[in-house]
Amino acid sequence: MKKSAYQTGLEKFNRIHPATNFVFNLVFILLSLVCVVPILLVLSISLTSEQTINSVGYQFIPQSVSFESYIFLWKQYVVLFRAFGVSIFVTVVGTVLGVLLTTSMGYVLSRPQYRLKKFLTWVVFIPMVFNGGMVSSYFVNTNFLGLKNNIWALVLPLMVSSFNVIVCKTFFQSTIPDSIVESAKIDGATQLKIFFRIVLPISLPVLATIGLFLCFTYWNDWFQSMLYIDDSKLYSLQALLMQIMNNVDYLSRNAATMGISAAQVASGLPKEGMRMAIAVIIVLPIACAYPFFQKYFISGLTIGSVKG
Amino acid sequence: MRKQNAGQVGRRKKRWSRDDTELTFLALPTIVWYLLFSFLPMFGVIIAFKNFRINGNFLQSVITSRWVGLKNFKYLFASKDTLTMLRNTVGYNVIFIVLGTFVSVVLAVMVSQLYSKRLAKAYQTAMFMPYFLSWVVIAVCVWAFLSFDKGIVNNYLTSTGGTAVNWYMDKQYWPGLLIFLKIWKGLGYGMVVYLATITGFDPTYYEAAVIDGATKWQQTKYITLPMMKNVIVIMFILSVGTIFFSDFGLFYQVPHDSNSLFDVTYTIDVMVYKSLKASTVGMASASALFQSIMGCLTVLGANAIVKRVDPDSAMI
Repeated sequence: MKKSAYQTGLEKFNRIHPATNFVFNLVFILLSLVCVVPILLVLSISLTSEQTINSVGYQFIPQSVSFESYIFLWKQYVVLFRAFGVSIFVTVVGTVLGVLLTTSMGYVLSRPQYRLKKFLTWVVFIPMVFNGGMVSSYFVNTNFLGLKNNIWALVLPLMVSSFNVIVCKTFFQSTIPDSIVESAKIDGATQLKIFFRIVLPISLPVLATIGLFLCFTYWNDWFQSMLYIDDSKLYSLQALLMQIMNNVDYLSRNAATMGISAAQVASGLPKEGMRMAIAVIIVLPIACAYPFFQKYFISGLTIGSVKG
Repeated sequence: MRKQNAGQVGRRKKRWSRDDTELTFLALPTIVWYLLFSFLPMFGVIIAFKNFRINGNFLQSVITSRWVGLKNFKYLFASKDTLTMLRNTVGYNVIFIVLGTFVSVVLAVMVSQLYSKRLAKAYQTAMFMPYFLSWVVIAVCVWAFLSFDKGIVNNYLTSTGGTAVNWYMDKQYWPGLLIFLKIWKGLGYGMVVYLATITGFDPTYYEAAVIDGATKWQQTKYITLPMMKNVIVIMFILSVGTIFFSDFGLFYQVPHDSNSLFDVTYTIDVMVYKSLKASTVGMASASALFQSIMGCLTVLGANAIVKRVDPDSAMI
C-alpha cells in the first residue's frame, strides 16, 4: 500500500515536460489518424452514389449519402451470402479444429514422462526451420489430398502452427500442476478425459489467445483461395473482393448467368462503390470485435516475444 | 526418498505404459496433420531436381518424372530476372527490419511516457487497426488513394494545379510506398511488444536515477534502451531468419500485379506463384527450394548468434 503511494509520487515527479507530452500526443494523434483514415475513406466511398464518384472522384466526405452499392450487393445476395457463408464456415470450423489440434499436441508435449516426447518435439520443431515451400505443398494438396476446389483447402493447411503448439506447451507446463493430472489418473481417468475435462477448462486464457489468432488468420485469408479455388461457388469474402478488384465486371457477368442481361446490369452497376462496400463488410466485424479482444492479443504477442 | 523417486522415474521411462498409449492417441490427429501438410511437402522438394510431369497422383508423378539434376537451378540463375528478384526480396526485408525496429522502439518509449494512460491505450488501439487488415483490403484502401481518375491523391494534385500521376504505371514511387505500407501495418504490433518489455522493468532503477538527478532523456538513454537491448537484438535477429521470404500480398495484391512495376515488386514469392499458375514448375520448384534452404540457413545462423547474445532466448 505504502509502496504504491510512493510510486505514484515518483511518477508525478518523474514526468516528461508538459510541452513534450503535448508534442508526443500530437504525434500519436497524427499516427492514429494515418492508421484509421484509409478505412474511413473506404467506408465513405462505399456510401457515395456511383454518379457522384464518376463526376468528382473519391472523397473523404460524401456529397450525398447513398446506399446504392449496398442495395446492389443485397440484390446479389446469392453471391454475397454464399461468400459470407464460406468465410464464416472456414473461420469457425478452422478455429475450433485448429485449437483442438494445437492444444492436444501442446498438452502431450508438456507431459514430462511421455515416452515419445523427444520425438514429437522434433516433429513440431523441424517445420519451424525448414518447409517444403509453395510448389511442393501445392502439388501435395491438389494431386495427393484432392483439395483443389474443395472448401477444406481453405481450412486444413492453416490449422496448426508450430509456434502456437509451443506456446501451448509452455503454458501447460507452467499452469497445470503435475499433481492434478496424477490424482485424476489415480481416480481412473484416462488422458483423454483429463485433457477435455480438466486441462481445457482451466486453460481458457491460452485457448482464447490461440483461438483469436486463428480466427483472424482464417477471416483474413485470401491466399489459400487464390491457390486452390477456381470455382466461384467456393469464394470467401476475401476471394470475392480480390476477384472484383481484378475484374470489376465479375458481378455483372455473374448476374447475367442468372438470367438478367449483362448490359442491363452493367449499366446500373455501382462498380466503384461496390468493391469498397465489400471491403467494409469484411472489415466491419474485425473493427467491432478487436478492441474488446485486444487484451488477449497483447497477452498472446507477449508470450510470443518472451518466447515459448 | 527423492533418490528412490528418481529411480522410479527412470524405470518408468523405459517401459511403454498405458499412459503413453493414451497420450499418443491424443496427439495422433496432430501428428497426421504434420505428416500430410509439413513432412510430405518436405520430401516433395525433390521435384526441383526433376522434370516434373503430372502422371497420376503426386507420389506417382514424383517417382515417374525424369531426373534432370541441377538443370532447373541453372535456368534459374541464368535468368536475368533472378537478380532483380533476389535484390528485391532481401533488400526490402533489410529495410523493413531496420526501419520497423527503429520506429517501433521509438514509439514504444514515447507512448510509455504519456501522462494519460487512457489516451495511450486509445492510440494503441487505433494503431493496431492495420495489423488486422488483409493485404486484399489494404489494396482497396491504396486504390482509393491512388486510382488514376478518381483517387484522392490525383484529385488533390489536379485541384491544386498539378498534373495527375499514373501511380500504377510509374515505378519510382513504389519502393517508398511499399516500405511505408509494411511499416504502417506492423506498427501497432511492434509497439505493443516493446511496450510490454518497458512496462516490465523494475521501477527502482528509475527511482535511483531520479534521486541522482537524471533527466528523462538520460533515463531513456542509460536505463530504458540498454535494458531493452536484449529484446531488440532478439526480435531483430529472429526477423532476419525470414529475410528470404517476402510478404506476397504486399508485392502482388497492392500493386495490382502491374507489369510496369515489375522491377520494384518482383520477389521470390511473386515469381513462385506466377510460375506455378503458368505451370512452369521447373523454375518455380527450384526457387522455392532455394528459398527454403536459405531460410533454414538464416534461421539456424540467427539462432547461433542469439545463443551467443543471450543463451536463454535461443530457439534451439
